[in-house]
Amino acid sequence: MSVTTIAEMASSLLPSDPPVQFIDEHGDQHAHERYEMPSPQTLLDAYAALVVGRRVDQQATTLVRQGQLAVYPSSQGQEACQIGSVLALRPTDWLFPTYRESVALITRGVDPVEVLSMLRGEWHCGYEPRRHFAAPQTTPLATQTIHAVGVAYAAQLRDEDTVALAYLGDGATSEGDFHEAINFAGVFKAPVIFFVQNNHYAISVPLAKQTAAPSLAHKGIGYGVRGERVDGNDVAAVISVISDAADRARAGGGPTLIEAHTYRMAAHTNADDATRYRIQEEVQTWQDKDPVDRLRTYLRTSGQLNEEKEAEFADRADAVTADVRTRFLAGLPPIPPSELFAHVLAAPTPQLRSQADQLRAELAAEGEE
Amino acid sequence: MATTTMSEALNQALQDCLAEDDRVVVFGEDVGPLGGVFRVTDGLTAKFGEERCFDTPLAESGIVGMAIGMAMNGFRPVVEMQFDAFGLPAFDQVVSHAAKYRNRTRGTISLPLVIRVPTNGGIGGLEHHCDSSEAYYAHTPGLIVVAPSTVEDAYTLLRDSVALDDPVIFLEPKHLYWSKTDQELPRQGDPIGQAAVRRSGRDVSLITYGSSVPLALEAADAAVEEGWDVEVIDLRSLVPLDEATVTASVRKTGRAVVLAEAPGFASVASEIAARIGEECFHSLLAPVRRVTGFNIPYPPPKLENNYLPSVDRVLDAVADLQWEDS
Ligand SMILES: Cc1ncc(C[n+]2csc(CCOP(=O)(O)OP(=O)(O)O)c2C)c(N)n1
Ligand SMILES: [Mg+2]
Repeated sequence: MSVTTIAEMASSLLPSDPPVQFIDEHGDQHAHERYEMPSPQTLLDAYAALVVGRRVDQQATTLVRQGQLAVYPSSQGQEACQIGSVLALRPTDWLFPTYRESVALITRGVDPVEVLSMLRGEWHCGYEPRRHFAAPQTTPLATQTIHAVGVAYAAQLRDEDTVALAYLGDGATSEGDFHEAINFAGVFKAPVIFFVQNNHYAISVPLAKQTAAPSLAHKGIGYGVRGERVDGNDVAAVISVISDAADRARAGGGPTLIEAHTYRMAAHTNADDATRYRIQEEVQTWQDKDPVDRLRTYLRTSGQLNEEKEAEFADRADAVTADVRTRFLAGLPPIPPSELFAHVLAAPTPQLRSQADQLRAELAAEGEE
Repeated sequence: MATTTMSEALNQALQDCLAEDDRVVVFGEDVGPLGGVFRVTDGLTAKFGEERCFDTPLAESGIVGMAIGMAMNGFRPVVEMQFDAFGLPAFDQVVSHAAKYRNRTRGTISLPLVIRVPTNGGIGGLEHHCDSSEAYYAHTPGLIVVAPSTVEDAYTLLRDSVALDDPVIFLEPKHLYWSKTDQELPRQGDPIGQAAVRRSGRDVSLITYGSSVPLALEAADAAVEEGWDVEVIDLRSLVPLDEATVTASVRKTGRAVVLAEAPGFASVASEIAARIGEECFHSLLAPVRRVTGFNIPYPPPKLENNYLPSVDRVLDAVADLQWEDS
């Protein structure tokens, strides 16, 4: 048996350099020594999902302008990360999304109206988490990453081969909770993937102010967790790297920290003014690396996508967005105010019951006026 | 006429503190080039340099812990928690350290630091953006808790907070950030620990603070039609609490309603009501009433109006004060 030195162990945890990439920004294909290119069918499915994701994202941005949503954190530019991560997993693998993961959730099969209803202010989570194996979208940064570890570990204890994937941003890797989560994952060998979408900004704060580490994926090594870097605008690479991490996790190989290099094309949310902290030239360089255009070019030049298919995908995306728009403008069934008291505890306290009575009486009196 | 918003007044206070005392530093998330999500730190980095106002890594526990260390070593940090609920990761640093350092070290180490906390709801914000967490802070011995409601107070109380040698939780009501004054900002206001009588009245004392003060004044105006002359007291700080002003008012009126947006159970409003009961028992013509938020997680935007105290709720409480006896 070979003796593994600390140096060997450490180097086995280090991420690829440069980030894993199959399809470059010109749509040209490259092989990778370690990872396998996803199948043509997977890439076609990914493209269809990218077209839908982009259109829904644009639709949401329009809805926020029309006052139909309270706020919208756009996924524009990050669709390959969000779609690739979902397509690489089984529908029963758990997702722990942040506020930014609308497109990931839609790809998982959650009704876009249910996803967006949270941002419309209807309720804190518009979908049923257990039905979709998707936790509520989380705003307190990095707090959900440790829940992913708990869910993954629980599954492991029951001998299920479920994987949990925690989404987080570059900024959130600075939060203490992330470090606790990745340490727990390492210690318990939990089947979990930490998927960092490094979009280079935490609202206005650039990555350089967030960390002195060589890369975010290098944060794994201190916890004995393998790190990996991937071109987050190359959906093929995202799918491949996450599939690999999921296979390892299912086989008992423990957690992986994956850093995807991408860019937030829009402001943090519609309420933010990105011109205060970044220049248009920078945005333009990332426009040239667009994840949707890139895959399209690849598929077209390699003859896997013809005009007919493209039109079919576009029609499908139009149908999805038209449906979202129609249902939004028609108005969603309002949640009755009495529900405010319904889910606080399994058994409401006497004080809660009397407050619920108070509100009911007030609303009844208003109704009579 | 030139007007100043609360956000601008806070910004002016920080500018003046930075200009007058090199030991003052401002840091937190997005407080640098962006100027803070509420623009309270707008232009500070440009004017005073990155050493005086800077962005940190995204970690609230780190921000407060760093502020504690710097305060131990000659600085007077003013840090920002971006929204009320995002101060929670720093809770351990606040409660176990900021609040206790002076006591642990028998008074040899004091921590002159200010933690600015945009607080309360009423802005149609999503979950975690609308919380009222003053009770946690007020409950913790060793913290000063300041709660301005006017543009002028925002300015003078922030300046006074920076000058204090104890840790201050400075609560900024979000829905009042764009409230305005057309007055020039005063150089000096009433000190921390002194309440203000915002409207004097004979019949009822309506005691409140921070975000609820405008509502209290509105309710007091509406009460005139019902024949009630309401006195409105703005506490301005929760710790120290100006019990003298409160009790003098209640002894005069004989009736009291306490108004606050936070959930009422085990709240600051409860503390005030209890004190009025203890101190004013013989003057009270009716039990003290509280008008507060319900004991539920802050609702989603579409339902927030069912939660927030309203003029009607205040008037209902006032109507309940056993008027037939008077
Ligand atoms: C604990 C906590 N602190 C602060 C915030 C406020 N906040 C919301 S998003 C954000 C930036 C997050 O940046 P990053 O993790 O890179 O994710 P991105 O938004 O870029 O997807 C901040 C500071 C928060 N939601 N939670
Ligand atoms: Mg980011």
